[in-house]
Amino acid sequence: MGKRTIIPFGPQHPVLPEPVHLDLVLEDEKVIEAIPSIGFIHRGLEKLVEKREYPEMVYVIERICGICSFGHGWGYCHAVEGVMKVEVPVRAEYLRTIWHELSRIHSHLLWLGLLADGFGFESLFNHCWRVRERVLDLFEETTGGRVIFSVCKVGGVRKDMSKEQLEKMSQVLADLAKELKSLTDVFLEDVSVKNRLCGVGVLSKEDAEELCAVGPMARASGVVQDIRLTGNGVYEDLGFEPVIETDGDCYARCKVRIREVFQSIELIRKAIKIIPEGDISVPVKGKITGEFITRMEQPRGEAVYYAKGFDGDDASMHLERMRVRTPTNMNIPAMVKTLQGCDLADVPMLVLTIDPCISCTER
Amino acid sequence: MSEKKYLIQDIQLTEASDVLSRVRDLKAEGYRLVQMCAAAIAKDKTYQLTYSFDKDHVLLNLRIIITDGVAVESITGEYWPAFIYENEMHDLFGIEFKHNALDYGGHFFKVSEPTPWKNK
Repeated sequence: MGKRTIIPFGPQHPVLPEPVHLDLVLEDEKVIEAIPSIGFIHRGLEKLVEKREYPEMVYVIERICGICSFGHGWGYCHAVEGVMKVEVPVRAEYLRTIWHELSRIHSHLLWLGLLADGFGFESLFNHCWRVRERVLDLFEETTGGRVIFSVCKVGGVRKDMSKEQLEKMSQVLADLAKELKSLTDVFLEDVSVKNRLCGVGVLSKEDAEELCAVGPMARASGVVQDIRLTGNGVYEDLGFEPVIETDGDCYARCKVRIREVFQSIELIRKAIKIIPEGDISVPVKGKITGEFITRMEQPRGEAVYYAKGFDGDDASMHLERMRVRTPTNMNIPAMVKTLQGCDLADVPMLVLTIDPCISCTER
Repeated sequence: MSEKKYLIQDIQLTEASDVLSRVRDLKAEGYRLVQMCAAAIAKDKTYQLTYSFDKDHVLLNLRIIITDGVAVESITGEYWPAFIYENEMHDLFGIEFKHNALDYGGHFFKVSEPTPWKNK
């Protein structure tokens, strides 16, 4: 047995845009155990339901995260609409699905850039983020915002997209797909990239299931799990099928996200072709009582939204409890498991490939 | 996927003393732990704990209701990832869990005051 050393990893570290801490127990260069610590910036946003009425709370929930803000807003609205038994117009569901899939593209491109930066391929990092800007431009043109959109509301959406905007979006995404092909080929074919990703941090299907992994982390290990299969949005109309890989290593997780970028482009272009005319929202008024629990497939995986109004005569415009369980929360145990037995030099790659979002986790 | 599975709201009220055996049964049936959360019910000074599980993209929820000072049996022996939720509920609501496999002893979240979401 070699000498045991404990190395603190984070909360400030070059590969971590946000604070999470790992105590890495090493034996020579191998990680024997990893003990995670989070909670450095817990904001307690859920508690604000006591001060904000349920239609206003969507603005707070969107601010959980700057990457998947639209999805959080949709998840919250979905939960409240469930409590209020509201049926959202079909056109609004199409628009929500389009913005949500655009969020997935921009999230995955951001992550690919961070991954490239993590293994020292700076030009690849710059190209990924350059391409991502065009997705943010689409957000700005259709919602007015690049990070926080405030376009989702309880009962539907606030803004419609014109025929010209939709046609332009379809064309921009078609051009983007061609450009992305040359970039993603580097991730999937370059020898130096493969050396850093292939066979590293393998999570078996059995472990992914045992550790309740979610999102691309689970799908890269062969687990067929995607909340877009539960009937929310218009994924059924679009013929959605989840992207699955089976190797379970860092390369498989990268491949799942790359394939999902192209899949999201196709889903959006298909939605643009068949989006029906109609209303984009229905009025939702009155006090809220009852409870509803729902889920969204965020770019990083399954997120849970639980809304509970006060019972009986205590019903008001405020929720009694709002709960958001984010995907990173559920992937930390799987990350800890994959770290056991890896080389110290591979720790940054492993941490990056779960695509941790501490901002979400510290909602 | 022709049905809207998210509309299924199956919440089963369970005694706190039975939760571990119920969870053990669900694990044996192939359910995945999705989340655990607490809600502080100010009106009757209780806590409502919801354990959510998934099988074939359908949720099943166990619900227990406890009062201050009641320790709940940890489910980390069945689902190790539950340590995240149990430590979270301990730090925010002051709910105690017995036999938590990874107990942070109140240091999971860095909070400015202890158990800020506990019933006052």
